[in-house]
Amino acid sequence: MNARRGKPEKAVNGSKAVAVLRLYVAGDAPNSVQAVLNIEAICRDDLGGACDLEIIDVLQHPQRAMAAGVVVTPTLNKDYPLPTAQVVGNLSDKLRVLLAIGIRSPEND
Amino acid sequence: MTPLRSADIAKVARPRIVQPLTKLTTGIEGFDLLSHGGLPRNRTTLLFGGPGAGKTVFALQCLVNAVHHHHASGIFVAFEERASEIIANSAGFDWGLDAIPEKQIYFLDARLSREVVKAGDFDLAGMLAMLTAKKEEIGAQWIVFDGIDVLLSRLQNPAAEVDEIYRIRDWLDDSGLTAIVTTKSEERPHESVQYGFMQFMADCVVRLGRRQEDRVASQLIQMIKYRGSGFAAAEFPLTFGSSGIEVAAGESTSVPGRASTQRLSLGFSDLDSLLGGGVYRGSSTLISGLPGTAKTTLAGRFLEAGCARGERTLFVSYDEGEGQIVRNLASVGIQLKQHVDSGLLHMFSARTDAISPEELFSGLKALIARHRPSCVVIDPLSALARSGSSITARSVASRFVHMVKDSGVTLLVTALSEADDPVAESTTLQISTIADTWIHLSYLVLSGERNRALTIVKSRGTAHSNQVRELVLSKSGLSLTDVYTGGGEVLMGTRRWEKEADLAESRSRMLAGAEIERRAMDHAMARTEAEIKLLQLELEQQRARMEVASSEALALEASSRSRETGLRTKRGNPAGKASTRVRSKSPR
Repeated sequence: MNARRGKPEKAVNGSKAVAVLRLYVAGDAPNSVQAVLNIEAICRDDLGGACDLEIIDVLQHPQRAMAAGVVVTPTLNKDYPLPTAQVVGNLSDKLRVLLAIGIRSPEND
Repeated sequence: MTPLRSADIAKVARPRIVQPLTKLTTGIEGFDLLSHGGLPRNRTTLLFGGPGAGKTVFALQCLVNAVHHHHASGIFVAFEERASEIIANSAGFDWGLDAIPEKQIYFLDARLSREVVKAGDFDLAGMLAMLTAKKEEIGAQWIVFDGIDVLLSRLQNPAAEVDEIYRIRDWLDDSGLTAIVTTKSEERPHESVQYGFMQFMADCVVRLGRRQEDRVASQLIQMIKYRGSGFAAAEFPLTFGSSGIEVAAGESTSVPGRASTQRLSLGFSDLDSLLGGGVYRGSSTLISGLPGTAKTTLAGRFLEAGCARGERTLFVSYDEGEGQIVRNLASVGIQLKQHVDSGLLHMFSARTDAISPEELFSGLKALIARHRPSCVVIDPLSALARSGSSITARSVASRFVHMVKDSGVTLLVTALSEADDPVAESTTLQISTIADTWIHLSYLVLSGERNRALTIVKSRGTAHSNQVRELVLSKSGLSLTDVYTGGGEVLMGTRRWEKEADLAESRSRMLAGAEIERRAMDHAMARTEAEIKLLQLELEQQRARMEVASSEALALEASSRSRETGLRTKRGNPAGKASTRVRSKSPR
């Protein structure tokens, strides 16, 4: 199964490819806490650690969130590889997260 | 901010800082009146209605007015449309939105595009944190959540929706912002999950709706609830004008006390004198009549007289175009062109088909506000009833007459009557009850011809003639003619002319008779005088003849006496005796 939009620019699994992910959360609101746990698991298990993940607390940095076009929390922005993508929710639906960020996971083949 | 589990939020009763209710005017005149002063300050107003009902316009207009009138600032959170679309769509209104800097109205695009993938539950905690930051930054007093239902529906979870509504409510309470939240109403609003909760969160609930009458759609606004305040609960018509939403409410229910005693000429001296010098300034006059009874002509005269006094006037026509009216009125001696050119007279023509009476009304209102006339003609007002329901038309007509009267404008409206009976006509729009003066024009058909007749049906505060007059139109203008009433009939037109001619003829016949008589007398007198002269002449002749005769006699006597004397001398007789004898012997 291929990426949802366009082809991934590089082979992913085990390679040097790095996904740039930004997760915007609202303090330790339940959905936000959940999302942090979920994305960390995905980075570790599905991307083999090949990801540049930053977690931004909107309560601390509202301006950054606004500039990034974030409306609700939690929101995951995939800034790289292109095209960019946005996922909202606590990321409990792992399959949808992986499809959205366009990175294939070996388990889902 | 203390994080709360969303399930807890619903349970925790936060102490609300209850301030006394104060209101902020919205700048939408009719709405401020129906809500008795505007929206509740520092509280939340819920606006709901179907698509295209004007929710976004209403909310944004309130915000723009707050910026313009109160130097306030606010945040507009757009959930449904892109902020840029909303700004572009409001370019048609005279708000000057693009001139308002971002720090006065901040637009937040809160649209979750369809491309955004939803992977699990989310909440609005982050967005509200961002809004708090923005509010601090620009010092906002207002906030609009436009189309909140769009975002909430993306939760796909009724329980979560309710939680988020509570979250928003609590945030609004804490923030102290004056808020407007708009949401679409479903076909069956009572079944919508969030609807009941939304009503609960708001102190003021306003419904925007649509109504279809005949084939004309009209829009309306209705106040559903207003905590701690009275309001007008009726449905009020709503229209979109150049200033945005206009609400046709609150034309004052009380009748103003002041009344002018100044008489204004109708530009038609015959009619003025029937009305005791004209109509009162600020009064309303209704001219009803069948087509072609010279209603427009009378209306034109009224405005021509107004312009001649140097007053600003407005001619609204729903029948004919401007050029046509000016041309037609010129044919009966009413010159409007010069006044149109000088700008004193503003002519406005419009078609009324398929336009709701409310729209016509708001158009007229804007026109009057713009031109500020002191005399207005609506020709015909009955055009209002052409589309939509007659009930709406009636209410619009009466509101219009009241609105104009309240502003001190002298109004003249014409109404087309279907039947040639003023009583039947009066029911169409029922303006006749509001109008101060009612002039009815009709045709009287007699002896195979139609003549225009004018009756003053009523005229408040004025002694007026009850008699039917004939209205005569000619190149030189209008005139009212006394009619002949004889044998219970009114004579007009040719019949009146005949009657007049008859009278003239008999008068001239009489005159001629007198002349003949006078001449005959002259003649007789002249003859008598001539006879006197002749007799005098004869007398003189006779006198002369007598003189001649007497002088001859003297001469004769003298000669005979001298002859006697001669003879006596010869005979030597004494003079005395001889003469006596001689005289007796000769008689001559």
